[in-house]
Amino acid sequence: MQLQNNKLIDLQHITKSFDGNMVLDDLCLYIRENEFLTLLGPSGCGKTTTLRIIGGFETPDKGQVLFEGRDISDLPPNKREVNTVFQKYALFPHMTIAENIAFGLKIRKKSASYIKDKIKYALKLVNLDGFENRMPDSLSGGQQQRIAIARAIVNEPKILLLDEPLGALDLKLRQDMQYELIRLKNELGITFIYVTHDQEEALTMSDTIVVMNQGYIQQIGTPESIYNEPENAFVADFIGDSNIIEGIMIKDELVEILGAKFVCVDKGFGENNPVDVVIRPEDIDLLKPEEGTIDGIVTDTIFKGVHYEMCVMARGFEFVVHSTDYFPVDTRVGIRVDPFDIQIMHKPESEDEKAVEIDE
Amino acid sequence: MKTALGRIYLTLVLIFLYAPIATLMILSFNSSKSRAHWGGFTLDWYLGLFSNEEIMDAFRTTIFLAFLSALIATVLGTAACTGMQFMKRRDRSIIMGITNIPMLNADIVTGVSLMLLFLAARVSMGFTTVLFSHITFNIPYVILSVMPRYRELNRSTYEAALDLGAEPLYAFFTVVLPDLMGAILSGFLMSFTMSLDDFIITHFTQGPGFDTLSTKIYSEVKKGINPEIYALSTIMFLVVLLLLFFVNYKPWVKKPAGKIIVTTKTQVVVTSGKGGS
Amino acid sequence: MNNRNNRFLAAPYLIWSAGFIIIPLVMVLYYAFTDFNGSFTVSNVTAIISYVNIKALMLSIAFSLAATFMCLIIAYPLCLILTTVIKNSSSFLSLIFILPMWMNSLLRTYAWQNILERKGVINGILAFLNLPLFYIINKPPAILLGMIYDFLPFMVLPVYNSVSRIDKDLLNAARDLGADPFETFLRVIWPLSLPGVISGITMVFVPSLTTFVISDILGGGKILLIGNVIEQLFTQDSDWNAGAGLSAILMVFIVISMFITAKYDREDIK
Repeated sequence: MQLQNNKLIDLQHITKSFDGNMVLDDLCLYIRENEFLTLLGPSGCGKTTTLRIIGGFETPDKGQVLFEGRDISDLPPNKREVNTVFQKYALFPHMTIAENIAFGLKIRKKSASYIKDKIKYALKLVNLDGFENRMPDSLSGGQQQRIAIARAIVNEPKILLLDEPLGALDLKLRQDMQYELIRLKNELGITFIYVTHDQEEALTMSDTIVVMNQGYIQQIGTPESIYNEPENAFVADFIGDSNIIEGIMIKDELVEILGAKFVCVDKGFGENNPVDVVIRPEDIDLLKPEEGTIDGIVTDTIFKGVHYEMCVMARGFEFVVHSTDYFPVDTRVGIRVDPFDIQIMHKPESEDEKAVEIDE
Repeated sequence: MKTALGRIYLTLVLIFLYAPIATLMILSFNSSKSRAHWGGFTLDWYLGLFSNEEIMDAFRTTIFLAFLSALIATVLGTAACTGMQFMKRRDRSIIMGITNIPMLNADIVTGVSLMLLFLAARVSMGFTTVLFSHITFNIPYVILSVMPRYRELNRSTYEAALDLGAEPLYAFFTVVLPDLMGAILSGFLMSFTMSLDDFIITHFTQGPGFDTLSTKIYSEVKKGINPEIYALSTIMFLVVLLLLFFVNYKPWVKKPAGKIIVTTKTQVVVTSGKGGS
Repeated sequence: MNNRNNRFLAAPYLIWSAGFIIIPLVMVLYYAFTDFNGSFTVSNVTAIISYVNIKALMLSIAFSLAATFMCLIIAYPLCLILTTVIKNSSSFLSLIFILPMWMNSLLRTYAWQNILERKGVINGILAFLNLPLFYIINKPPAILLGMIYDFLPFMVLPVYNSVSRIDKDLLNAARDLGADPFETFLRVIWPLSLPGVISGITMVFVPSLTTFVISDILGGGKILLIGNVIEQLFTQDSDWNAGAGLSAILMVFIVISMFITAKYDREDIK
């Protein structure tokens, strides 16, 4: 699934539990050089633990961490060519900004002039020139965030680990920082491993997204493939809003939902097999009654700025629909979905199956 | 390995802290009146204790003094904290500064200063002067315990009570006071403990014929302490140990109460160390 | 809470603190600078330079410096161990340090006589092991030990408080940036714990500088500290002016240490 060349980090069969709670179960994952990889999932899915294992703050119970082919599982954090941007920044409160940034360089016994140049360069890179002598607590959250990044990157790590770095910022700042991070990534040309529970952040920035749940990897792919072709109901539900409907695959390229037949583009699900069908709210077209595949009644309409969010009740199922056209409540509408907007997924056979490991 | 070393170090400190206590407990069962050698096991000191009027008097005085001074200090201190909420910031910090004086001052200076006051006022020294002195050094413990809680207090609950039609006094007793109760109780227990353990200030403000356990022990140090005092101390220590155990390990007792007893001195030392805040 | 009249609830305490905190301290100064007849003199204060007094003061300073240093040496590793080794360490800590307070402190200090004396517990053990005995009772080391024993909690609690409040992520960050455990201690843990250390230092220094109880009980009455001198002036000689004069000198030390604490507090806030 992933390209296997240029493996920078290779996690092999990582298992980790805390006090008897399994957090990661036989996790396997590659990270390629110069990739922006995001670990995405709800809290408790194991994404932060994965990051901490790469950073060296946790040791896996089983399995190996390979860095450029070398086993570094038992290497302490200070010996790894990896730096971390912590969730709450973790700037040293008793040091100035310059001293914070110089911390790693001083330990590596770099010359004073080198350190000075590096501080200047790093502050310029994060757009905070002239902040050398300020104290961390005199900075805003966004500024502290940038300093935390500057402090990490002056050490020229091969990989930058970012643990929900934008979690504490407000919406506007978070969006600005997303672009900032992409720019930094391109300028530095190093690998970013990013942990977040915010799907929008993941979709915006990543080259590769790893969706995790309950210690298992659910899906690995580009943002487009994760969004458009979720492999199971968990991914579909977690990424964006979706309508997940039970259906029956009549034959290749034809699925029956709510008693009506829809043309789709998926093949290979057998004949007359139960499946889950995912339809994104923005992919549903509302037409005049009788003009669509099935009819429904608008039960709720909310103005959301860019579009209207409407609930349409059709044959006992409530569809969420995003549309720029306005339909008042109680309007009868026709529902139509283009074949390539219908995503068919295997039905999980049991509860446990919901958390299948896809990577194998 | 590192953990093992840590545990060894902890054990050594524990031995250091508890060696004298263990020694006293053992001596309370020593039939030889001389503490220099072991004369065999006896319960005589425990039996004799209750008929020793001098010791029992000192014990009753100590407990009564601790209770009364802690109670008065708690009332005065809590009222002061409440009053300070209505003051300007500057006035409040001046009062807090004064409050810190007895905490940071040396006991001997506090003791002699009060002694000089009572001498100048020509008050004859005895229970009253000691009581006043104990209240004086107890109030800061109450204030330093209650003030932080006031700062955390959610003011909107009080305002919500007013909004719902409560009289201010009613709102205070039904909404504010219950929230402060933990801190007030903790201040009371701290005061009680400090009063119980005080020697120096009592020493300078006591009159003839007045004794607390501390002053009694001090006066006996030179000639040798009556082992009945060991017995009494052992009983007191075990009673507190049992109380702590019950409060902390019985689920039907509310958790916060247990915390209070355990943290008494911690908070005192920590807050007093944090001086002018 | 807008009723400004409510501030008079603090009035009883204000009157109390004026009467029993401020005025008594003024009285100490008044007695310190007057003689028996009430006329002004500085001789009570300058009496500190007499041989006996200056020797007692110097000895007290030496003892309290040593006790403070030893308390720090013992307390700091203890606090580091507590925060890393013991789960729920704060209640454990409170328990082991507060429980002893419920046995009278004079009695506990007195018990050290038993442990240290010629035929005491330690020498009993040493004799049993055929090791050389040691005799420190009624000598300076015994007093120092008593001070460390009595005042160790005053060092442990503020130091623990500041060490335990250090964000674990700061230590992770230091390690992440290449610092080994020792460098992490030197550059992050130690500087961040300094406010607690300073507070602990003043809180051990003041009581050990001014004690007269520990030297009485463990020094066999042969070693005079400045606290003993003052205590004798008040209770045996009834020379209140002389006692107040020396107390005023002690107040200078106390005020200095209060200033250091306050200064550090303010820097901490900045």
